[in-house]
Amino acid sequence: MSRTVLVTGVSRYLGGRMAARLAADPDIRVIGVDVVPPDVPVPGIDFVRADIRNPVIAKVMGEAAVDTVVHMGVISTPKQAGGRSTMKDINVIGTMQLLAACQRTPALRRLIVKSTSAVYGAGPKDPALFTEEMEPKHRPSSGWAKDSAEVEGYVRGFGRRRPDVAVTTLRFANIVGPRMRTALTAYFGLPVVPSVLGFDPRLQFTHEDDALGALHRAVESDADGTFNVAGPGMLLLSQAIRMVERREVVVAAPFFPIVGRALDPRGYADFSPESVRYLTYGRGLDTSAARDVLAFVPEFGTPEAFEALAASRRPGARTGGEVRVA
Amino acid sequence: MPDADVIPLVPDPEESGPSGSRTAHDGPSKAARLIGNTGPQPAPSRARSISARAADRRASGPSAQDAADARPAPEPPRPGSAPAVPDPGPDGIWSDPEIAALDESFWEFVQRRMAGDYRVDDFGFDPELTDRVLLALVRPLYRSWFRVEVSGLENVPSDAGALVVANHSGVIALDSLMTQVALHDEHPAHRHLRMLGANLVFQTPFIGELARKAGHTLACHPDAERLLSAGELVGVWPEGFKGIGKPFSQRYKLQRFGRGGFVTAALRTGAPIIPTAIVGAEETYPMIGNAKSLARVLGLPYFPVTPTFPWLGPMGMLPLPSKWFIHFGEPIPTDDYDEGAADDPMVVFNLTDEVREQIQQSLYRLLVARPSVFG
Repeated sequence: MSRTVLVTGVSRYLGGRMAARLAADPDIRVIGVDVVPPDVPVPGIDFVRADIRNPVIAKVMGEAAVDTVVHMGVISTPKQAGGRSTMKDINVIGTMQLLAACQRTPALRRLIVKSTSAVYGAGPKDPALFTEEMEPKHRPSSGWAKDSAEVEGYVRGFGRRRPDVAVTTLRFANIVGPRMRTALTAYFGLPVVPSVLGFDPRLQFTHEDDALGALHRAVESDADGTFNVAGPGMLLLSQAIRMVERREVVVAAPFFPIVGRALDPRGYADFSPESVRYLTYGRGLDTSAARDVLAFVPEFGTPEAFEALAASRRPGARTGGEVRVA
Repeated sequence: MPDADVIPLVPDPEESGPSGSRTAHDGPSKAARLIGNTGPQPAPSRARSISARAADRRASGPSAQDAADARPAPEPPRPGSAPAVPDPGPDGIWSDPEIAALDESFWEFVQRRMAGDYRVDDFGFDPELTDRVLLALVRPLYRSWFRVEVSGLENVPSDAGALVVANHSGVIALDSLMTQVALHDEHPAHRHLRMLGANLVFQTPFIGELARKAGHTLACHPDAERLLSAGELVGVWPEGFKGIGKPFSQRYKLQRFGRGGFVTAALRTGAPIIPTAIVGAEETYPMIGNAKSLARVLGLPYFPVTPTFPWLGPMGMLPLPSKWFIHFGEPIPTDDYDEGAADDPMVVFNLTDEVREQIQQSLYRLLVARPSVFG
């Protein structure tokens, strides 16, 4: 069966690798969409330079009779977008436009959305592990987490309007790996890493290969729904800082964002209230639904995934520009 | 686990410290088995896993060659090592109570800890830190200060989940700490007690961090049921702040037992409830007053005034050396109820009352039997 998959956000690292991974299957035609062309051309895909905030996306989808959409276009830091308001625009308005286009595409059968576990928020009233149906105890109030929660809301709305489309939302724990660059990897790259006095949060990570594996599985699977994706196991923040061989500087909670921003003058790391809450209280995910329903088992545990990041930073590690296509 | 670092039951200051003697044994070290066990291993071309680094560092004596061979490919399956691996279970919860007793020197232990090379479970429980540091710190209080006497340990299962429900007293929750030491040191299976705490605990700096590392988690249904179904021993103090913050005149009078959430959790998982009575904790800090307005300013549930605190400053924080008795009562089974019993408020209320009544009765029995407060 020949399929046509539309992938948004292909000009960024993970989106590009996802598109290439899907294109490796000869039965799948991949259309990649982004506002800027990718730095390195993605082999085997048709790139369409389009803004998902623009209705032109509907035309592209209709003409190509797209049957699967992989939405990876939600961005996590204002830095990437050039400002918080642009970021919100791309994330929320972009998703609304994309969903509007999806609704007008009769051939569409599957929608896969890359979301984040940040939608659960973080705080002292949280259970040790979140399952998919749990409501957040501390609703995220800002930034990427809030955008993602709104995106998920619109996606649920779309699912109600088009019951014939199988909708899969994947909530990833922070994605790390040898080449993945996010606000959190920037945080662990600071010369001294600040942490909150008297707290040692539990963190979970997803290896970049596992993130792609889970998305790929969602494209191929018949199952739908919302799934947590994270490497098994837990790391404490203090352990993670030691693994990347950084010095930890302990800061009282009220001064944490100020000190953090002072240590990171270029603003690559994220010291927004949401991020600070996460770095104070941490979060855990129950991933049994992904295992049992989606039949997805990560290759890397949380410690192993983070070790991949730590190893890529040690002297002598291969820092080459090759993109390993899994 | 006989090969583990069993702490002697007789007080012996020389051996109870964190640097107590280790037993050498053949085969792969517990550490190697412990670490090689969590999740899949990355391919050799990728970074060496922390387990491989740990194995290298620990390699010494006759097993050095073995570990050196292991260097290029992390964790090759070694003969005889597979079946003995302590499995963290499907929920990632450690089941081996002695998991932390590793055969390495104290200095190696410190170095490995400093490198971040250890594992915590899904709740943030750090069995190694708990066994070798945290319990060792409170053990003198348990042995020499309160001289705790424990009875009814045969009522606590060795390998299954159970819910320990006890009375709460003594201004700060020393009674829960002592129960944890009792079950770890005196129970033949050296069980870790996983307590359920208020969210105030987890939002307080240091206390929240230590509580998680010592194996405790938030008192909520998902966590309680997850621990119980994984076969863990779970501890609840349903009186909560009403229990530890009650005036001295109310001593040994059980307060209201919350909403009976613990009973629901036990019914859902079929875990037995072990009513537990603790005598002695009430006299550690006789609370003769409560500075309510000060408590409100500090955001605390109460602010204790005792004969010594706050008058003597830090000296007033020293607990009185009362003699303690902990009795684990006969288990109340919960697995013979109907399917929907957990959602039947009447069943829950009745069972809550039964547990409360049993604890109150054994409190009276212990009180009558004790010779004097400071024994």
